Amino acid sequence: MTTTTSTTSTRVIRDYDRPLWRRVLLNREFAIIALLVLVVVVSAASIRGFAQPITVNYLLLDVAPILLIALPMTLVMITGEIDLSVGSMVGLASVVTGVLTESGAPFEVAALAALAVGVGGGAFNGFLVTVVGLPSLAVTIGTLALFRGLAVGLLGTTAVTDFPEMWTALAKAKIAGTTIPYIVIPFLVLLAIFVVVLHFTPFGRGIYAIGLSKDAARFSGVNVEQTKFILFILSGAVAAFAGIFYTLRFGSARGDNATGLELQVIAAVVLGGVSVFGGRGHLHGVVAAVLLIGVLGSGLRLAGVTSDVINIITGGLLIFSVVAASVLAWAQRVRAKAGPPLRVAASPAP
Amino acid sequence: MTFARKRVSAFAAVAVAAALVLTGCADTGSGSGGSGSGGDGGSDNLAITFLPKNLGNPYFDTSSEGGKKAVEEFSGTFAEVGPAEATPDAQVSYINTATQQAVGALVVSANDPKAICDALNEARDAGVKVVTFDSDTNPECRDVFINQADSEGIAKTQIDQVAEQIGGSGEIAILSASANATNQNAWIELMKEYAASEYPDITIVETVYGDDDDQTSFDKTAALLQSHPELKGIVSPTTVGIAAAARYLSTSDYKGKVALTGLGTPNQMREYVEDGTVTSFALWNPADLGYLSAFAAKALIEGDITGAEGDTFEAGDLGEYTVGADGVVVLGDPFVFDADNIGDFDF
Repeated sequence: MTTTTSTTSTRVIRDYDRPLWRRVLLNREFAIIALLVLVVVVSAASIRGFAQPITVNYLLLDVAPILLIALPMTLVMITGEIDLSVGSMVGLASVVTGVLTESGAPFEVAALAALAVGVGGGAFNGFLVTVVGLPSLAVTIGTLALFRGLAVGLLGTTAVTDFPEMWTALAKAKIAGTTIPYIVIPFLVLLAIFVVVLHFTPFGRGIYAIGLSKDAARFSGVNVEQTKFILFILSGAVAAFAGIFYTLRFGSARGDNATGLELQVIAAVVLGGVSVFGGRGHLHGVVAAVLLIGVLGSGLRLAGVTSDVINIITGGLLIFSVVAASVLAWAQRVRAKAGPPLRVAASPAP
Repeated sequence: MTFARKRVSAFAAVAVAAALVLTGCADTGSGSGGSGSGGDGGSDNLAITFLPKNLGNPYFDTSSEGGKKAVEEFSGTFAEVGPAEATPDAQVSYINTATQQAVGALVVSANDPKAICDALNEARDAGVKVVTFDSDTNPECRDVFINQADSEGIAKTQIDQVAEQIGGSGEIAILSASANATNQNAWIELMKEYAASEYPDITIVETVYGDDDDQTSFDKTAALLQSHPELKGIVSPTTVGIAAAARYLSTSDYKGKVALTGLGTPNQMREYVEDGTVTSFALWNPADLGYLSAFAAKALIEGDITGAEGDTFEAGDLGEYTVGADGVVVLGDPFVFDADNIGDFDF
């Protein structure tokens, strides 16, 4: 742990040594955004059928659950924890919504119950991690299986497909005059809240502090356990919200809904520049990474590339980005050792 | 200083958003392939995309081969796309892609009758014809459904098979799936009716249920043969049951003495046909299913049919077909696999 802390602070200090243009252009977030622009431009120019309004609609509907869940996941991972149970929570929330609607409850009640299940599931993860003190990797692998098991157990192999037309239409409705779906609005609201919380509140700064060094954070007055507990609840609640959206979008509650979604979310978060060891990452990088994976998939599918090749390309991109980041960090360390003694940073990490 | 970096990143983020929105507002006209509009006149856009439940599944590999053969016969453009996992949400992405590509028709085996409905209807609104095969969606989400076989045909073929193998008289038994399996129960009822009217010398002595479990079906077969020493044939209208029964028979004294037929797949049954345990069994031919689906797609694209009851169309080697109620086209009686033709199939 101490080595992680020292290398991270080295990098932070080096940051202020570099010229402005390098700091602006040579960071992970900018690279991902630039790549996203490039892929959008190249796809629009070269893939037939990409440059049309409906593409935006399909793309945003496809990535909406990943965008939503990536927000709390980013915060969870900046603290150095992980939540692998989100995909199963999407499925469980979907099934709870479906089963209650089928049993005659109004859809609004069913959706609120699903959100409550999300909060409860998140609190369960948080309890095991912060109170019992188990590693989140182990805990959420367990709840990944548990939530999925409950979802499939509740509904079996059947599906509930009878949801109020008003709500299923709303889930896919486009903002007047555009092809942008309404689901973008709750996402933007959540994004704004998460940005403010992460960057402008002591709670948010504490999240970075925990990821850099749990002990240092605790001695600085950050309530480490409470912070993590709240983040796991947020993760569960947002996953449940995504589950309700998922159910409405496809008009179908199934136990196997969103199987494997957690890996898509985590891949995007890591691609967006969040360190799996915690302490590093930004929401704009993550949002760009989710869109990048979405645009790549959409463009390649249009170009007739098969799903396995798309997976290989996305996986390759992820590995390349992680390797490139490690190589850059290593190069910086080597230069830092060879260079003059470091000055002490005036302010904490950005 | 960090502010400057954030500002540039934020600017770039806005640029992306702008790019996406501009793309969203850009020319509506492009992308529509042929003469487009789904009006009465039909179109010549014979780009046909097959979307099976998932890729890498031998059954659907065979149906897509049939589809490809048909599309090549009428000089259209064939494509096969699909997810690795058989889930409806993954299929929706591919349906959307086909809409963007403005293909002439989409031939789909649905992973969920409802979940892919809206996506299919959006495709149809954009002028794409939709044919379902193997697994249907709700009827309002597609133009026609190519049904692999109807219940009467399935019942008739199996009884004809067993009657031929036992010489038209004697005791037979049925090894089914579970006691409340809807399909099997419907078929068994029809099999009893058909046997009673066509083969009065055949008696169906018992129906047992192997629950579509290999071991249970195996044990039930053994019990059947013990309790009915005069038994001449077993019919198993389920792929799990027939394979388990064949496995029991192939190592018992009854091999070659008690006939076994029913619904099975060539890959499961190959060794039992080759070692003489089983003479013949039935199932629809997925290649024909794909072939017929492609011709139905062509007829829809060209405006020859609309999916209304009574519409007729030509399906190449398979001849003429008529659309039935609810836009359903029945492929025909099941295909009979025996030692002579089993080598041609891999699914």
